[in-house]
This record gives sequence, C-alpha cells and structure tokens, in this order.
Amino acid sequence: MSAQRAEADAERPDQQSPPAGREPGRVGSTLAAVRDGSGLLSLLAVVLALVLGAVLIAVADPRVQETVTYLTARPSDFLGAVGSAVGGAYTALLQGAVLDWTASTPARVVRPITETLTVATPLIAAGLGVALSFRAGLFNIGAQGQIILGAVLAGWVGFALELPVGLHLLLALVGGVLGGALWGGIAGGLKARTGAHEVIVTIMLNYVALRLVEFLLTLGAFQREGQANPISPPVAGSAQLPQLLGTGFRLHAGLLLVLLAAAGVWWLLERSTTGFGLRAVGANPAAARTAGISVPRSYVTVMLLSGGLAGLAGAVHLLGTEDSLTAGIAGSFGFDAITVALLGRSRPGGVVLAGLLFGALQAGGVSMQARTGTPIDIVLVVQSLIVLFIAAPPLVRAVFRLRDPQARGARA
Amino acid sequence: MSLPSATSTAPTAAASPPSGDEARPSRRGSVVMAVLTAVGLLSFVLLASGGTSTLSLSSSRDVVSLPDLVLPSRWASAVLLVVCAALTGLAAARTAAGRRTPRWVVPVFGAVFVLAFLVWVVAGARVSLVSLLGGTLLLGAPLVFGAMAGVVSERSGVVNIAIEGQLLLGAFAAAVVASLSGTAYLGLVAAPVGGMLIGLLLAVFTVRYLVNQIIVGVVLNVFAIGLTSFLYSTVLSDNAGWNSPTGLPQLPIPVLSSIPVVGPVLFAQNLLVYLMYALVAGLHVALFRTRWGLRLRAVGEHPKAADTVGIPVARTRFRAVVLGGAIAGLGGASFTLGASAAGLAFNREMTAGSGYIALAAMIFGRWSPLGALGAALLFGFASNLQNVLSVIGTPIPSQFLLMAPYLATIFAVAGLVGRVRGPAAAGVPYEK
Repeated sequence: MSAQRAEADAERPDQQSPPAGREPGRVGSTLAAVRDGSGLLSLLAVVLALVLGAVLIAVADPRVQETVTYLTARPSDFLGAVGSAVGGAYTALLQGAVLDWTASTPARVVRPITETLTVATPLIAAGLGVALSFRAGLFNIGAQGQIILGAVLAGWVGFALELPVGLHLLLALVGGVLGGALWGGIAGGLKARTGAHEVIVTIMLNYVALRLVEFLLTLGAFQREGQANPISPPVAGSAQLPQLLGTGFRLHAGLLLVLLAAAGVWWLLERSTTGFGLRAVGANPAAARTAGISVPRSYVTVMLLSGGLAGLAGAVHLLGTEDSLTAGIAGSFGFDAITVALLGRSRPGGVVLAGLLFGALQAGGVSMQARTGTPIDIVLVVQSLIVLFIAAPPLVRAVFRLRDPQARGARA
Repeated sequence: MSLPSATSTAPTAAASPPSGDEARPSRRGSVVMAVLTAVGLLSFVLLASGGTSTLSLSSSRDVVSLPDLVLPSRWASAVLLVVCAALTGLAAARTAAGRRTPRWVVPVFGAVFVLAFLVWVVAGARVSLVSLLGGTLLLGAPLVFGAMAGVVSERSGVVNIAIEGQLLLGAFAAAVVASLSGTAYLGLVAAPVGGMLIGLLLAVFTVRYLVNQIIVGVVLNVFAIGLTSFLYSTVLSDNAGWNSPTGLPQLPIPVLSSIPVVGPVLFAQNLLVYLMYALVAGLHVALFRTRWGLRLRAVGEHPKAADTVGIPVARTRFRAVVLGGAIAGLGGASFTLGASAAGLAFNREMTAGSGYIALAAMIFGRWSPLGALGAALLFGFASNLQNVLSVIGTPIPSQFLLMAPYLATIFAVAGLVGRVRGPAAAGVPYEK
C-alpha cells in the first residue's frame, strides 16, 4: 500500500510549485510563481469567476428577463439592464467590502474594511489549519467541527469561570485551541493507529460536533437563563477580546492573534525541524520513513496543530465577535477555510491574502444583499468557481488563450 | 500547489504499523460485538425501567389486520441480547480457530441489536412498526441513491464527495420541472439531468484536468449550495409557480401490498422507491456479473493494468462519474417529489448533509450496492426513529441518535468492526 502511495506521488503531474526540496526561499518562490504565471493565473481565475457570477446575476434579474424578450428590437435596453444589475451588485459588494465612499461620516466610510478584517479573522485561522494539514499530505475537511469544539471550550471557560482579567482571556483562548486540537487529534490518532482515512473521519466528526453542541446547549450548564432558544450565557467581559477601534467597530484583537499565528505557521513550516518533517511526510511518506521520520507521529502532530488552529478560529470568533455560543457558531467558516487554504496554495502568506479576499466577499455580500437585493449566495458561487479555476490552470489558460510555460516538449 | 496526492477514501495502510491484518482475521470485530452486547445488557436489561413495548403491526387500512405485538420490554431485550451474545461467541470461536467469520454474522448481529434497542427505547409506548419501517424507506431513499452514485464513481477510481451537490441539484431540477409542467413524473426525468451537471463538472475537472478529486468534490458542493440558494431566492421567489411541485402518488402493487407488515412497507410506495429497488439490484448484478462491471472495477483497482489490456481508463471513469451524478440526481427528487404525495417545495440546502451520510453508507457497505443499501437503510432508520421518538419521548437525547450514523462510520473506517477497504486506485488521477 505504501509503495503504491509513493508511486502515486511519483506519478503525480507536477503542479504549480516546484518540489519542496528545491524551494528557493520565500521571495524566490514568489518570483518563480509570477514568472510561471501562477500569480497571473490566480488573478485571471478571480476575474473569470466574477464574470460567471455576473452572468448569474444578470440572468436572475427581472429587468434583464423583461428586456431580453425584445432584445433584437432594442438591444440597448437589454445591455442597460444587464449593466445596472451587475454594476449595481458589484458596486455594492465593493462598497460593503472596502470603502463606502457614499457614506456620510468618516467612520462609516472606513467601516466596511474593518468588517472585512473581522470576517477574515476566523477564516484565516481556520485556513491556516487546513493549509498546514495539506502540507503534511492530509486532508483536514474537519475544520468545521474543530471550530465548534474550540468555540464550545472557549465559551465555557468564558461564561462559566470567574477569573482575573488577563488570565481569563488567556485561559479561554487556550481552551479553544485545546478543543480544536482534541477534535483534530482524534482524526490524526485514528489515521496513525489504524489507517482510517482522515477525510471520512473529519467529515463525520463535523456532524458529531454539531450534534454535540446541540446537545450541550440543552444542558443547564450551557443554557442561558430565561431563554427558550438554545443559546449560552454571554461570555464574561474579562474573557472578551479587546476591540481594536472602539465600540463603533467590530474589529477585535483576534486579528492580531491570527496574524501572529500565521507567522508562527510560516516559521514552523519553513524554519523548524518539525515543519521540515511534516513537509517531507507530505511530499513522500515512504521516503520520509526511510529517512527516519515517524510518519504516524507526524500525522498526529499535524492534526493536533491543524485542529488547534481551527479551534483558535472558533475561540476568536466567539470571544471577539459573537459573545455567546449557539449551534450555528461556526457558520460556514470551516468549509470556507478549505477554499481559503486552496486559494492560498497552502502557504501562510497566501492563506492570509485568500482569507482577506474571502472576508471581503462575505462582508461585501452582506451589504450587497441589503442594498440591491442580490442574494449573498452568489458569493458562494464565486468562491467555489475561483477555487475550481485555480485548481485547473489548463482550463484558465484555454479560456484566455495563454501558453503553458511548462509545456517545453517534455510532456505530451 | 503542495497538496496531498494519493487520496483514496479507502483507509491506506501506509501509516499503520504492520499488524498482519491480511494474514489472520482480526479479533477487533468480536471485541466490539462483545462490548456492544455488554452495554446492551447493562442499559436495556439491568437498568431498564421495565414495562411493555407495544409494536403495532398493521394500520386500519390493511386487509388482514394483525394484533399488536405486546412485549415485556426487559425480557424481550434480554432474549435478543442472548442471541447477540451467541453471535459474538460464534465470531470469537471462528477467530480463535484462525478462520474467517461468516459474512452474515455482523449484519445479523446489527439487526438483532437494533431490535433489542428498539424494544428498550419504546418501552411504555406504542409504536407502529409499519410506519417506522415505511418511513425508513422514505428517509433512506436519497441515501440509497447517493450511496449508489458513490459506488459507481468510486469503483471506477474517482472519489465522489460531490454527492451532496448532486442530490441538491437533482432536488432543485425535480421541483422546478415538476412545478412548471404540472407533472411529477417529468420532474423525475429532470432530476438526473440536474445531478448529471455536477457529475459532469466533477468528471471534467478530475478526469480531464486531473485536479485532486476531494478538492473538486468539496468545492462542487459549495457551488451547488450557492447556485441553488441563489436561484431559490431570486428566480423561484419571483415566480411563485416555479416552486410548487406535486408529489409522486403512491402506487400500491396489487397483490404484494396486501401482505401484512411487508406489503405496506415495501410495496405501497411511489415510483421512485420502486426505481430504487431496480437500481440496487441492477447495479449489483452489473457491477459483479457483467463485462461493464469487470472493466469498471479493473479501472478502479489497477488503471495501469486495465490500460494495458486496452480498457480506456479516462473514458470509463468519465462515464462512471457522470452516471453516478445522474443516479444521485434522481435520488435528489425524493426530497421534493418523493417525500410526500403532496410534494415539497424546494428550499435552500434542503439536503442538509444527506450526501455525506450517503458517502458514509457507501463506506459502511464496503463499496458494494447491497451493502450500501443496508447501511443507507440503517441510517434512514436511525433518523426516522429519532422523528418517532421525539413524539413519544425517549430515554436518550435525540442528538445521540442523530450522531449514530457518523460514529458508526468512524468505527467502520477505523477498522473496529472489520477493516473496510475500497478500490485501490480511488482518488489517484491516472495519466498515461
């Protein structure tokens, strides 16, 4: 089996980045990415996804549907309707994601970008976790469940314990990380011990986590007093993450923690022995084993870390944004994190950028829905298309009629 | 991109220490059975409240009406658990003798154990066995279709995580076409087309562009959710007539449906359920008894060998994935057209993770149509039982019942109830 796996690795068509062993450092690899056109391809993938999203918006617009019936008589009406539908939606998206230049006060002008950062915070943390597992050759689809467990433990520490100011927050964060690590560790442990495939185990653990939090919220210890809805008491003030820009904005110190985590993951992967081992296992488990790296131990380590980062996402989201635990605490962060990790090409810097982009799409989507009535679901379509296109460079090249820089006659 | 490449959903032994699983039968199976029996004895018999469990066997409409089955809960559970213990003993004896446990032991153990559980859980109440089992079939139908889609696709070597999206688009297409045409049966024609669309995308990206199959599957699910939710809140909500489908009528089969218990459960269903019977039986025969099936499995197990003897690997996989999409799409129709005779309007994310349970059922059923059928129906039973128990009240929280299929699957892939092994080449792109 292991021989087959190694063989499969060897047969894998070399994708965008050079093999890990020959990596010429961070700046060098970025340059190489630009030279090979993968940076350009990422941009084109985003453009293509936005264009397809625009088609969908236009098709669903009642005015467009109306004007298309007399398209040949007055094409300008049709084009105008398409323009106003698509333009209106995307303008609102931009206003909701970056700067609202039509707003009356300076605070309102810059609020959208702080919203983007707020939404991006848990996305980046969970995306880092998923990316880390990718680098070690594992597919952690379970960020959703790990976020839930992180939020449960962080929340419980936050509302059930009474501790001094600094310590309370610290303990709540640690609780969150441990909760996620526990949930990820189950998958890692089973993979290492029995070979159970982590994709299946983590998908199943997502649902177990959801049912678990639903169950916990029926218990007295988690139920807010005088509330029929399944919602926990609010987190104590001493366990909340401080607001960065005052009370008018939702942006909280979780962002700084998450950026710190990104730097930590970069250091771990690129500079530490552990990280080298993880990457070696990801590149070729058979060779790693031959070199004396314990593959099962690497699997457990990476799933603990990966789950811990997702748990951090749950903790910062709860302690910074939500304040109380509900069954829907994880939203769709866990699944978005997978796309964020893919878009960021499993590199910490890339994940931060991808998280910001998806945060912008989410935050902008909310305002777009409010202003133009275009449902926020379009954001899901655009996000999934972006990842699909990024994953299939030949398709994007074919659409834009670009040449394949790797086709130097070696490969038919 | 630094992504994992060998990604079969089958457990790979790469990481596990050489345990010699192939050489001798595992003892884990009997240990798990023994633990379950002990847990059952403790909770169903010793700690049970007593009383009687009443299972009604016929409804008022039946031609032949049977009396209610009234069982003393504790004793009935005890008898059933003794059977479980006997089966455990048999399995342990076979393992000790170094022989394989017969295949029927684990499913029979599971059925008897579930029955013991049922007797315990309905103690002091009256439950209609017919509606319990009939509902199982209704709730299990999309899982069965989804699991079949997974079997076809994965047997050809392509992991199908996108079952969820295929079900969702099938449900959507079925609802819209049935509403616009006014005929549920036309919806049944449209559903596979919807699922096929996702299947086609999966095939293009995994077979043509060799993108990692798990990535594409996950992303296509997001895509399907986004697309259907977007159209639901725009086109479907703007045009009221687009989302008011009529359901499939019940078609009782003349003689068979009047058999007590079995008749109303199996033979008084709608066309979709009958199609399901045909599909499972047909697929099982096709996969293991025909040339098509042999080739499909060859491509999934060892594509290079298949290629060498002239089987077109890419084309076989492409067609299998698209076929799988169509099957799952048809299953999606059970959400909108099959759920009730009145029909159900499409709603955003109405499949609610069924695709992932179907995936679990496929693994639990060891990539065989009949096994997957059994697993899907077991999961359908669990969710239907949860519905029933939420009415009569239960000794265990409903969330744990809902968790059961997922935990069972984790146990299955972890090899605690006998190792499951999928097609060897599933997840591995093939390039000449």
